[in-house]
Amino acid sequence: MWLQTTWFVLYVIIVSGYVILDGFDLGVGMLSPFIAHNDHDRRILLNSIGPVWDGNEVWLVLGGGALFAAFPLVYASLFSGFYLAMMLVLLVLIMRTVAIEFRSKRPEAWWRSLWDWTFTISSFGITILLGVALGNVIRGVSLDQQGNLNVSLLDLLNPYSITLGLVAVAMLCLHGAIFLTQKTTGELLNTIKALIPKLLIAFFILMTALIAWTLLRDEQFTQNFKDRPWTAIFPLLAFASIAAAWLFVRRGAYLSAFLASATMIALLMGAIACGMYPVMLRSTTDSAYDLTVQNASAAKETLMVMFVIALIGMPFVLLYTAGVYYFFRGKVELNDDSY
Amino acid sequence: MFRTERTEQIEGTKLSVEDLHRIQFALTISFHFIFPPLSLGVGLILVIFGIKSVRTKDPKWRQLSMFWVKIYGLIFSMGIATGIVQEFEFGTNWSQYSRFVGNIFGSLLAAEGIFAFMLEGGFLGLMLFGGTRLGNRMWLFATTMVVVGATFSAFWIVMANSWMQTPRGFEVKDVGQGPQAFMTSFQEVVFTPSFLPRILHVIAACWMVGSSLVLSVGAFYLLKKRHVELAKTMIRVALPVFTVVALLQVAVFGANQATEVAQYQPAKLAAMEGLYQSESCAPMYLLGWTDPNAQTTSGIQFPCLLSFLTDKSFDATVTGLEATPRDEWPAVNLVFQVYHLMINLGMLFILIGLLACGFWIWKRKIWDQRWLLWILVSSVVLTEIATATGWWTAEFSRQPWIVWQVLKTSDAYSPNVSFGQVMFSIVMFVLLYIIVFMVFIRLLDRHIKEGPPPPTDPDETSSLPDSFGEIFRRRSRVSSGGD
Repeated sequence: MWLQTTWFVLYVIIVSGYVILDGFDLGVGMLSPFIAHNDHDRRILLNSIGPVWDGNEVWLVLGGGALFAAFPLVYASLFSGFYLAMMLVLLVLIMRTVAIEFRSKRPEAWWRSLWDWTFTISSFGITILLGVALGNVIRGVSLDQQGNLNVSLLDLLNPYSITLGLVAVAMLCLHGAIFLTQKTTGELLNTIKALIPKLLIAFFILMTALIAWTLLRDEQFTQNFKDRPWTAIFPLLAFASIAAAWLFVRRGAYLSAFLASATMIALLMGAIACGMYPVMLRSTTDSAYDLTVQNASAAKETLMVMFVIALIGMPFVLLYTAGVYYFFRGKVELNDDSY
Repeated sequence: MFRTERTEQIEGTKLSVEDLHRIQFALTISFHFIFPPLSLGVGLILVIFGIKSVRTKDPKWRQLSMFWVKIYGLIFSMGIATGIVQEFEFGTNWSQYSRFVGNIFGSLLAAEGIFAFMLEGGFLGLMLFGGTRLGNRMWLFATTMVVVGATFSAFWIVMANSWMQTPRGFEVKDVGQGPQAFMTSFQEVVFTPSFLPRILHVIAACWMVGSSLVLSVGAFYLLKKRHVELAKTMIRVALPVFTVVALLQVAVFGANQATEVAQYQPAKLAAMEGLYQSESCAPMYLLGWTDPNAQTTSGIQFPCLLSFLTDKSFDATVTGLEATPRDEWPAVNLVFQVYHLMINLGMLFILIGLLACGFWIWKRKIWDQRWLLWILVSSVVLTEIATATGWWTAEFSRQPWIVWQVLKTSDAYSPNVSFGQVMFSIVMFVLLYIIVFMVFIRLLDRHIKEGPPPPTDPDETSSLPDSFGEIFRRRSRVSSGGD
């Protein structure tokens, strides 16, 4: 049914939207202790994401809602199966929100440093946890006939998934650093500019290694690309985007570099989706228990209603998201409204 | 792997895994539900401030707006942080429920995401950070969009919850993955019989909570003789909202909902009033105690009022719990108590509102009545308790059903999550929420003690962009030196 595939594509778009948008503010959070020299710098970093971070996080809420609505069986199996990991995601999400909100409300050094570290650690936490979760989704999990699984936290921490977590850290740090070139000035900007090439190289090496590992260890993943050769365009264009980002960085065209980095994230998500499709959650117990786009989706009527809702809603969402970014463009200035 | 731990229990207690799932959901949703009504209600007051500011150009309105928008931001971020938990919990703790209702409930949640959260999240930045960048009219526009978003959000979530109370527009089929509800009519799913009465009741409750916070802060300043003029303005705006909504809430929305519940969920109403035998001229209690084992209810009662409330006739017959099998009763006394606490608080709000309005109209004496001002200071705690008990009434009285007479709560939780795992997450949430709430209260308290910012220069404000055209014609405010 075309609707199921359409919703799979839409879902990948929503997830990509989340990683691109919340990605740079997570990157800013992870980088902040390494690039900020003083309290003023830290406030600049915090306020660079100030007006947009909660809008970005809404994409995660939308992702959860869309998965629930379009693929309820995947939502139920994944969320209950990764119970403790999900609880930790919630813990760090809440800690991060309150850190951003509370940090600049009081002047004492210990107070600010407490929430600065909370902000950084929780940004790392979200990135690594979601990265590791994605790694396990690609690897497959012990799904039984009823669609239930119970993975302990230690099972989740396998080398492949940890590597994916590290790739996510490098990717979002890079993405966040490029974003910050648009928001910072002076010494801080110079520090960031010096860091970007290093992050780019680190990310490139890690990502290439991960792609090679995925293709070597995962026969089905590789087979899917062989069966649908045109889908190879996703990873290839992703590499082209990294190359473009590199060139833009060297030329000092950082806004273009940011767009290249965003494109690359979307293409990588697309590549993973192509390697998986039509499977959404693979069972390592028996491939008959796989949750696929066909057997795990909501009914046709629901998908249709949701499709109409998305058609009406998404243009507005994109319109005012773009509007808000346009309005808050330019370098950060601190004032009474700032964090 | 799949583990059956339905029967695992802590020694000496009777807690089952199902109980733990319910306790966790109840704790997290009750904590979450402190914040959305506050932001919805304060949002309404902010819109009123914004309109006054555009109309009168008096800088005090902008001063008030900028003071309250900071509080709004703090409340809102608490609402987001705790709200994500709720969305995740359907999957983590209630996977069987999610599988069963995914076709219906999920689509309402997703619609909430697209239509409501995105609107709120998008314009929130403009509202919070637009004070020094936007003129009065554009700031009002951004604020209105956020408040509309918040109201939409309430619409969708109450829609989803109303479907659980009075499910319509679906059929249950098993197509190989266990029984699932399939949508037959989107209109019926969205507009279930309980939806309209419930959404009106909820929105009115939110406005009362928000306006009582404004009343509370205003009264506090008057008692401390600080920011006296601004404090009086806060009360002048919030008091009429509070009083009118309090009256409507009891006389129209609340009564309306009683009629609806009596018609569509008679067992719920019977539990709320501790009515065991169906009877005409059924009484309504002011206070009381009910014992479901002895099937007796005693207390102070108004004869025949329940009959009148449900059918506008004193001798109408109200269905008692006897019509429902014993094992499908909710915890009757618990429901009875939280329901009556809500009702009595609702009456108290009318009294407080009318009393305060009376002293206001009578030679403006309200400003000197310290005892009355102290009552106003405490009003926000009381409205919060009223909304919480109202929500508990709705949820407790639906038990043992998670979807009214369709799916039992005991068939809804995640079978693959162990007792220990839920125990861990409950402890985690309790500790986390205690810390977060303490810091939240402390920051709110400091912000209120610091008071409103000094008035902004009207010339400065009028030079800010105040239409879409101006915003997009203007270059970035900061010179674009470097990249």
